[in-house]
Amino acid sequence: MTGATPGATPGPDPADDELRELAAKQAALGEVRGTPAADPVNAPMIRHWLDAMGDANPAYLDRGVAPPAMAQVWTMQGVRPRGKVSTPVDDVLAALEARGYTGVVATNCEQTYHRYARLGERLTPATRFAGLAGPKRTALGEGYFATWNVTWYADGDEPVAEMMFRVLKFRPRTRTGTAPAGRREPYPLRPAVNGDTAFFWEGVSRGELRVQSCADCGRLRHPPGPLCPHCRSADRSYVTASGEGTVYSYVVHHHPPVPGRRTPFVVAVVELPEGVRIVGNVVDCPPEDVRVGLPVRVTYRAMDDDLVLPQWTPREPR
Amino acid sequence: MLKSQAAIAGIGATEFSKDSGRSELRLAAEAVFAALDDAGLDPAEVDGMVTFTQDANQEIAVAREIGAGELTFFSRVEYGGGAACGTVAHAAMAVATGMARTVVCYRAFNERSGRRFGQPDARLGGQPTSQGLEMSWHVPFGLMTPAAWVAMFARRYMHAYGVTSEDFGRVAVAMRRHAATNPAAWFHGRPLTLEEHQASRWIVEPLHLFDCCQESDGAVALVVTSAERARDLRRSPALITAAAQGSGEGQMMMTSYYRDDMSGLPEMSVVGRRLWEMSGLGPADVQTAILYDHFTPFVLAQLEELGFCGRGEAAGFVRDGGIELGGRLPVNPNGGQLGEAYIHGMNGIAEAVRQVRGTSANQVPGVRNVLVTAGTGVPTSGLVLSAG
Ligand SMILES: [Zn+2]
Repeated sequence: MTGATPGATPGPDPADDELRELAAKQAALGEVRGTPAADPVNAPMIRHWLDAMGDANPAYLDRGVAPPAMAQVWTMQGVRPRGKVSTPVDDVLAALEARGYTGVVATNCEQTYHRYARLGERLTPATRFAGLAGPKRTALGEGYFATWNVTWYADGDEPVAEMMFRVLKFRPRTRTGTAPAGRREPYPLRPAVNGDTAFFWEGVSRGELRVQSCADCGRLRHPPGPLCPHCRSADRSYVTASGEGTVYSYVVHHHPPVPGRRTPFVVAVVELPEGVRIVGNVVDCPPEDVRVGLPVRVTYRAMDDDLVLPQWTPREPR
Repeated sequence: MLKSQAAIAGIGATEFSKDSGRSELRLAAEAVFAALDDAGLDPAEVDGMVTFTQDANQEIAVAREIGAGELTFFSRVEYGGGAACGTVAHAAMAVATGMARTVVCYRAFNERSGRRFGQPDARLGGQPTSQGLEMSWHVPFGLMTPAAWVAMFARRYMHAYGVTSEDFGRVAVAMRRHAATNPAAWFHGRPLTLEEHQASRWIVEPLHLFDCCQESDGAVALVVTSAERARDLRRSPALITAAAQGSGEGQMMMTSYYRDDMSGLPEMSVVGRRLWEMSGLGPADVQTAILYDHFTPFVLAQLEELGFCGRGEAAGFVRDGGIELGGRLPVNPNGGQLGEAYIHGMNGIAEAVRQVRGTSANQVPGVRNVLVTAGTGVPTSGLVLSAG
């Protein structure tokens, strides 16, 4: 991933004070307990996880303990959360989103393991908001570093594992540089969104490229739709794509002028390793350097204060 | 079976221009009058009407204007220019089943002086209808003109088969050469060289200006009735030997980028297979073809989908003069939409009728069967018309 190095601090903005105030308030909440895991630590999940990770070590299941790195797995919200469970972090991230810091990239993740979680134990996460640093200029755009800690407790309030997590929430750079303060000119080319497609656009606004997957047969599908054409299931889920892709075809638009766009611009059909194709612009690359087969990586651009579009940038260093 | 039960008994058109100076309804009525006069039928005999979903003139409005009486059949065909041959297919079905006896198919628009299809429309992705949602995967990225949608296929086609912009250009040059000797064509007397094609500005790479068809004001109408009755009318009939509509798996409007292959037109393959099956004919049995030519690359893909040559061989077919007058398969002797006019494919059907009658300005000798296709990149349609 592109280096997100903290840099010089831009000039003062009253919005920054509001953010700092909110961050202080959330930090003062201390550790907030979340919902206990839906299932106790169990062998089938451990077996799946070891299989997915390619870990052939039989010791875990033989001894009836979970691999420590699974801590997050037990309490992970499903792709369709059962109910709104808030942590002190949510409000801070939402406030950053609202101020145009729509991009997100994880910068640090440190885990500390106290002991193995045992089969049958039900873990409960507790989240403590640790701090907000910024605004900083980074290679990705101006942003804030948000840090929080999660501790997983076993049934008897005994900590099993801890994790420090830090993300950079940034205002994606645009052609004209960092977004100016205040409302931006609304981008005229807006997608229609309904219940069948909202998950995709929500994902994009959080810096995730979501591909619909069938919760029953597992098939991926893009563009998404209300049903699975293979098994008729209406039980939809999604996977978050790796964000890498390859240009399958592309065009360079010259004429006629397109509202909200400066010509020439490149539009590509990008093939994802997950097995679907998606359309987006190729940015940060001269049109003459785009070619079929070009390895690209997703990047997120705020077109105005509300709309973020997934775009693609060459993967190889240029 | 529909085969040879109905015929096109009359064709009519307005002049093809860039500014008709008249309303679209008036253009429709003028073309319908001309078609009825050609067939030798009175407007009062019209009892059915078919047009494009996109046409702005309601059937009842045209019926009022021409003084038709009661209608017993009216229908619209969807998907832009993909509707062209579909209007004749619907009319033939109505005649064959007894829903109507005299059906008029028409298309009328001021596409150059009024609303131009090539201009971006920010409202395309606006509403969460199935079409609006489909457009929403493309429009926000500025991929919102027919030229751009087609260019995406063209690039992949070039990549798959080593086709060049000059190969596309040869299609435009052939069409303009045909138009040059067709007095009704906008580009009458104005051929194009490959150098001019190559020097023309980019619209959407890899498409140059001259890969894109012109925009026109005008109208075309066709009269469909039973084959039996058509034989007794003024003109020799163009039998509807086969008619088909087709959409492919994973079909979208101009943006079917998500199915297995992007270097073909599966929907045209559906239409082609149906036409050959219904007619009992094959590619060797047609003496000339009207291939929808809103953009040059899709003429190449159609030659392959319809079986006139193998996959990836169309560029060679064209390079060898295959689509020229006097070639293996003269394509669009009227100059097509690149050369004659863009009336959403309906002027091509009229040319096919002239070829069957033997009355075209660029008559191909010995025409017994003509294949006609409609809009490409969209759910489409096709016809085989025959001398009867
Ligand atoms: Zn399924």
